[in-house]
Amino acid sequence: MSSSKRLKQRKVLLMGKSGAGKSSMRSIVFSNYVAKDVRRLGATIDVEHSNIKFMGNLMLNLWDCGGQDGFVENYLLHSRSHVFGGVAVLIFVFDIESREFAADVINYGNIIRALEECSPNAKVFCLIHKMDLVQSGFRHSLFEQRAEHIRAASESFGEAVEFFPTSIWDQSLYKAWTQIIYFLIPNAQTIESMLQDLAEVIHAREIILYERTTCLMVTHITKGTELQNPFTDRFERISSILKTHKHSMAKHMGVPAGSANFAELQIKTGRFMFFITRLTENTNLAVSLPPYEYIFNSARVNISLMRPRFAELELSNKKRPDIGSRTESNDDSRERGEGAN
Amino acid sequence: MGDENLHQSPPISNVDQSAQQTLIRYLQDLPEADKPSASNAPSRKTPNSRANDGKPRLLLMGQRRSGKSSISSVVFHKLPPPETLYLETTTRIKKEYMHSFMDFQVWDFPGHLNYTDPSFDTEEIFGEIGALIWVIDAQDDFFDAVTKLNELIQYLQENYPEIIVEVFIHKVDGLSDDYLSDTYQIIVDRVQDELEDSGHPLGNVSFHRTSIYDHSIYEAFSKVIQKLIFEIGPLESLLTTLCANCKMEKAYLFDVLSKIYIASDLSPSDSSSYEISSEYVDLVVDISEIYGWDRNELEGGDTEQIEEDPEVGNQDAESLIVLEKKNGSYLYLKEINKYLALICIMGDDSPTDRKALIDYNVGVFQETLKQIFPR
Repeated sequence: MSSSKRLKQRKVLLMGKSGAGKSSMRSIVFSNYVAKDVRRLGATIDVEHSNIKFMGNLMLNLWDCGGQDGFVENYLLHSRSHVFGGVAVLIFVFDIESREFAADVINYGNIIRALEECSPNAKVFCLIHKMDLVQSGFRHSLFEQRAEHIRAASESFGEAVEFFPTSIWDQSLYKAWTQIIYFLIPNAQTIESMLQDLAEVIHAREIILYERTTCLMVTHITKGTELQNPFTDRFERISSILKTHKHSMAKHMGVPAGSANFAELQIKTGRFMFFITRLTENTNLAVSLPPYEYIFNSARVNISLMRPRFAELELSNKKRPDIGSRTESNDDSRERGEGAN
Repeated sequence: MGDENLHQSPPISNVDQSAQQTLIRYLQDLPEADKPSASNAPSRKTPNSRANDGKPRLLLMGQRRSGKSSISSVVFHKLPPPETLYLETTTRIKKEYMHSFMDFQVWDFPGHLNYTDPSFDTEEIFGEIGALIWVIDAQDDFFDAVTKLNELIQYLQENYPEIIVEVFIHKVDGLSDDYLSDTYQIIVDRVQDELEDSGHPLGNVSFHRTSIYDHSIYEAFSKVIQKLIFEIGPLESLLTTLCANCKMEKAYLFDVLSKIYIASDLSPSDSSSYEISSEYVDLVVDISEIYGWDRNELEGGDTEQIEEDPEVGNQDAESLIVLEKKNGSYLYLKEINKYLALICIMGDDSPTDRKALIDYNVGVFQETLKQIFPR
């Protein structure tokens, strides 16, 4: 595949104590596992690599690093530069239930120092995981307390480290990963400005661009009154809703969850209209509109007209700097004639 | 509330005073006991109130720790199933009140009570119920539960023969298929044998396998509720006609809030169709909740409708899912009234070209339903 060279590889390290839930998390977000299936996963031996292609030219190069002490020692001593070199993001997973929190923080400190040495510009995300095991009343304070501790051990990354409470049983996992993905996307501004124009043209209240297999949001455009939507967690909620639905469709049809995609979803009510349609090879677009039939139909047509431009964005890396100049030149025939009703 | 209960239930003469006190305490303890008042007086004559006022009562009973409160929390309060670990033991009767297409109450009983103890005002408890749900923990030693169940059934058949008894063989999620079917068979056999020995026909007793971690609990509840719906016959035949005319594979009429289906067409049903329909309802409700917030004040001059209850979903919401795979099915949802939604699963040759026909037929169906359920 010739285009693969042009893809920008971003190295993401997933680390943390053995049993903290790294592979479970990865399987759910990227491999269409449902939360209860992760019981089947065994311990990760050494490093498992996976590549995930995202919107634009982002290729996620995910290193799921086994957390047993022997492996960690090996990362730190023998393959220090191999593992910690060229890292864009380190995701460190803490188990909230861990009995040796102090030891976890020391391990974290060792890894942070290695990272500081080899990739000082990397971004660190700490996920405090298995939050569902804590009773809901105590979650927040415990999380803050742990985060403070860990931040103190973060050396020069200190203030830049971002913390998220996560659990595979609710949408918090998506919230954390959406932030991580957004950080990694190289041409987020370009995509956003194109979506902004699109939203203007189709009178959308809100547009959400998300990746098809993971259902992780890439970005969103919110306009006008939708900014006051009381559901500020709606993006991760939508990710989790769509993922759940994908699983149920797959189960019903007896196909692997990866291939159970819908071509289109429409919801029309007296208060809003909403549809999800395919945008590019890897992404879907969810659009929320005012409740008028004509807006709904014209939006569908306009989006199908926009598809080629977004498709091009996914491929081209070279042209990226002069994105403004190439926009008009592209009216090829790849649009799928969906048409209005 | 306790006062009201007192007034409505004149003590049965032969119950001694102190025992009566116990029951009153249980009833008074109910924090937000919902008003069974209006329905009580007229339905007093018939032990089973379903034909009378359409407000049946469901009793949840069983051994302690068998999962009664978990069931009612998950089904009626949408508690995420893992959270049920934190539920505390029920020490008093808890009433849940379902306000929907038809109102019904669910009474959650503490497990340690002996329900047939004559010191209880049994008339108050069993007098007007539609169905009794007995929960058995299939992962635990269930022989005690079965024995108690048998006593209760015999008691009921002598005193309140019209009560439907539904046995939920519960917590089946952790069991392997083989083990489960063995357990199921053992329980059914034991109940059957003992009833036959004591000269009672099995009659109104049926069995369900349930778990709060999947859809089986909703399906079981659906089947229980369906037995209590007076209009079930016409509903089913309406749906069957609709399916035939629109070439649908399966149609369900859902109660949106509880995800209980109150009727389906008469073609053979499998749980996978129910599952997908139920999750589809979830999807639509969830998204409607996110984007259906009340924005009327903000958009002056807009012609958007004002609804009383934003959470129920929007007036006549409509939704369609078209699958990418060629031989996949299509899903169609149409809100029928405030509480009910019609879900149709359609085969592969479907709907875009026949959309008008479907819209029309569903419209007719909706009109008819209005005549059946006036609200």
